[in-house]
Amino acid sequence: MELLMAILIGVLFTAAVYLILSRSILKIIIGTGLLSHGAHLLILTMGGLGGSAPPVLSDGVTDFADPLPQALILTAIVISFGVTAFILVLAYRAYAVHKTDDMNQLKGNDEHD
Amino acid sequence: MIFLPIVAALFVPMLFRKLKGIHTGWFVLVVPVLLFGYYTTFLSTTMDGGHAISELQWIPSLGISFVSYIDGLSILFSLLITGIGALVVLYSIFYLDKNKEKLGNFYVYLLIFMTAMLGVVQSDNVISLYLFWELTSISSFLLIGYWFTRDRSRFGALKSMMITVFGGLMMLGGFILLGIMGGTFSIRELIAQSSTFINHEFFTLSLILILLGAFTKSAQFPFYIWLPDAMEAPTPVSAYLHSATMVKAGLYLVARFTPIFAVSEVWIWLVTGIGLLTLFWGSIFAVKQTDLKAILAFSTVSQLGLIMSLLGAGAITFHTNEAIFALAMFAALFHLINHATFKGSLFMIAGIVDHETGTRDIRKLGGLMSIMPISFTVAFIGSMSMAGLPPFNGFLSKEMFLDSMFALRDFSLFNFDTWGIVFPIVAWIASVFTFIYSFYFVFKTFAGKRKKEKLPLEPHEAPIGMLLSPIILASLVVVIFFIPNVVGKWLVKPAVMAVQPYEYAHPSEVAVTVSAWHGFASPALWMTVGVIIIGALLYLSLSKWQKIYSIQPDHLSLNAVYDATMTFSEKGMNRLSRFYMNGLIRTYLIYIFAFVSVITLSVLFIQDAFVVDMSSFTEVNSFGIINAIILVLGVIFILFSKTRLGAIIALGAVGYSVALFFVIFKAPDLALTQLVIETVSVALFLLAFQHLPKLSDHGETKRNKLANAIIALGVGVTVTLVALSAHSQKLISSISQYYIDTVKTEAGGGNIVNVILVDYRGFDTLFEIAVLSIAGIGVLGMIKLRLAKKEDSNENK
Repeated sequence: MELLMAILIGVLFTAAVYLILSRSILKIIIGTGLLSHGAHLLILTMGGLGGSAPPVLSDGVTDFADPLPQALILTAIVISFGVTAFILVLAYRAYAVHKTDDMNQLKGNDEHD
Repeated sequence: MIFLPIVAALFVPMLFRKLKGIHTGWFVLVVPVLLFGYYTTFLSTTMDGGHAISELQWIPSLGISFVSYIDGLSILFSLLITGIGALVVLYSIFYLDKNKEKLGNFYVYLLIFMTAMLGVVQSDNVISLYLFWELTSISSFLLIGYWFTRDRSRFGALKSMMITVFGGLMMLGGFILLGIMGGTFSIRELIAQSSTFINHEFFTLSLILILLGAFTKSAQFPFYIWLPDAMEAPTPVSAYLHSATMVKAGLYLVARFTPIFAVSEVWIWLVTGIGLLTLFWGSIFAVKQTDLKAILAFSTVSQLGLIMSLLGAGAITFHTNEAIFALAMFAALFHLINHATFKGSLFMIAGIVDHETGTRDIRKLGGLMSIMPISFTVAFIGSMSMAGLPPFNGFLSKEMFLDSMFALRDFSLFNFDTWGIVFPIVAWIASVFTFIYSFYFVFKTFAGKRKKEKLPLEPHEAPIGMLLSPIILASLVVVIFFIPNVVGKWLVKPAVMAVQPYEYAHPSEVAVTVSAWHGFASPALWMTVGVIIIGALLYLSLSKWQKIYSIQPDHLSLNAVYDATMTFSEKGMNRLSRFYMNGLIRTYLIYIFAFVSVITLSVLFIQDAFVVDMSSFTEVNSFGIINAIILVLGVIFILFSKTRLGAIIALGAVGYSVALFFVIFKAPDLALTQLVIETVSVALFLLAFQHLPKLSDHGETKRNKLANAIIALGVGVTVTLVALSAHSQKLISSISQYYIDTVKTEAGGGNIVNVILVDYRGFDTLFEIAVLSIAGIGVLGMIKLRLAKKEDSNENK
């Protein structure tokens, strides 16, 4: 299963990087979304996919899934949500002010301004 | 005592402001006079070969301190610095107007320079020597740029700064290597163990680095180019720094480090060779100049080359016992004194001529002899001494110079026998040109017809106060000719002993007697006669052949090389940073991603770290396969989606399938959170949907897209490979068993993930909440706040 997950994560990263390198703000934001999905799955996979029960104590179970990566991912999900919301609004504002979503036109350079 | 001038400098601005009536220079004059008197008291010690040390701790833990070490060599330089310093201050009192000039600045810089220079010649610690060395560069920079409203001054100051600081930094490198070799920064201790250095791997490198410092400071070839441009400084500064003291710091350095490096032939050939080349080059180009100070600048370059070559020849004493090379060392230090006297006086005369006629252009001058008889006499004495004629001190040192160079003719150490003949020939030609420019300098200015209409001012003799210093120096020129052995005994021999501590136990053992008359057998006599005859002939026909100089095109000069280097480095750097900092975020991201994947992949393969261990993998889950296919389909849909809506919905699908993965892998809390967050995210996207632009690739070229795809694939492959090999090579087991064991007993909970979040690792959660709040505040701020009016107007267009 780890091999499959590793390849899947590679696909997510490839797509994310491809989108981030594009010129449209919206694609970049979608790319960051895919990147965080990839990172979360990576943490989970690296923690080991074994364990037959969710990490909640119940009678007669000893083989739990590793709880620590799950706690880390939970934190990461919330943070990436906060950041995504922020850059989404940022993109909206940038578009409203500059009337473009083309990163090439949004570059901070003395040629514009 | 070194610090007396710099302390005095603190009071100068106050004196300048409070006492307007008296020229500030009078107060400053006290300092060098006092110091000169103070240093003469050391003469009796150094004459016996003794020395005086005083120490001031600075950074003892690093072995760095201010140690003032006064031996024969230091005292010679210290007396030159303070003596000429006193005369220059006296001269400047009459040269600089107390109402028109910013005298406060001038004397502060000058006093800083004096401290720096005394520090250079007295430091026993190489680090403090370097400190003072750079202080001379900085104060010289300030003094050259004294008239900072003139472009030429600023250009000259910058140029001298660039070149001398370059050399200074090289020298620091050499010092540090020396410190590594010897384990100490003290010059005396380094000299004491110098015999062990010769086979050290750093030896030659540190030798070359230190010589670079000496050559740049002493304006040797090809670094002399800053000196002619430094002539934009006020004349007292040119006289003091750029003829008598600072440019001799390099000579001091060479002399001081001779006991360490002279065992190496590289040292001897570099010092002698570069010195002779500089002598030759400087003397030839001096005749080309039309500005009085430029002639003197090239003459200084040339004379410094002469002294440098003598220092090199003198260093041969470390290999043979022939007396002639001891003579060379003596001649070097003797000529150093002589040059300071006559060149100082000549610069002052050039300043006087400038001051009284309004020009320094030799083509406009002439026939001043009857109007300025005293200046003429002083200039005549100085020039004749510079040309090497009797009865002036330059004659004595030039004779010794020619003798030593003649002796190099059949010098066969280091298999250099056939080329030895070059030395006396080059030296002789340089002497001829020295003769020519000395005559050129004095007679074009003072003899011939007066060109009244060309002079900006009505010429008249200078006030006596201004003439006083050059007169004193000129009388020294004559006096030293008649009593050379007194000077030799008091100053030069102790200095020779300091340079060659192994050869002599007492200064009186330096068996050199200076005599004006060598007898007819001496080769130097006939060489001098030849110099006078040929020189006189060439001088008389000067107008016929001076045009030769215009053959050399300007763009092939060393100055052009310097200018081109400066423009090239500025433009090149500008172009380089414009090239890689193009302002496009895509470019920067490409750098980052490409760097990450290239470095990671190459490390993986260089270290042979790529390992896949199938045995640690868990069984493939059929739900997982289906879910993975859904996820990949979603991703592909996003990549090829033409509409925003499709992309957003596909992103949502990807998020939900990630949540499904969390379900498959027994992470219920994650699955819940992921579902909720994904829903909210998609809702947010849809909320912003109306306001967001249409999805477009903005006409991105195919080539760029392909490049993006390659880089993206590289990153993806990197992540996969790293994940697989990291998973296959786990070194230690998880600490989670502790959480599982204690979650009930320690924390009283059942849901291990939640207990970790709020109990074991509650801090993370606290700051995660902070992140969310900050994001919320940020969003609110972005939407509510409108600071710039321009933004608003843009928005409403």
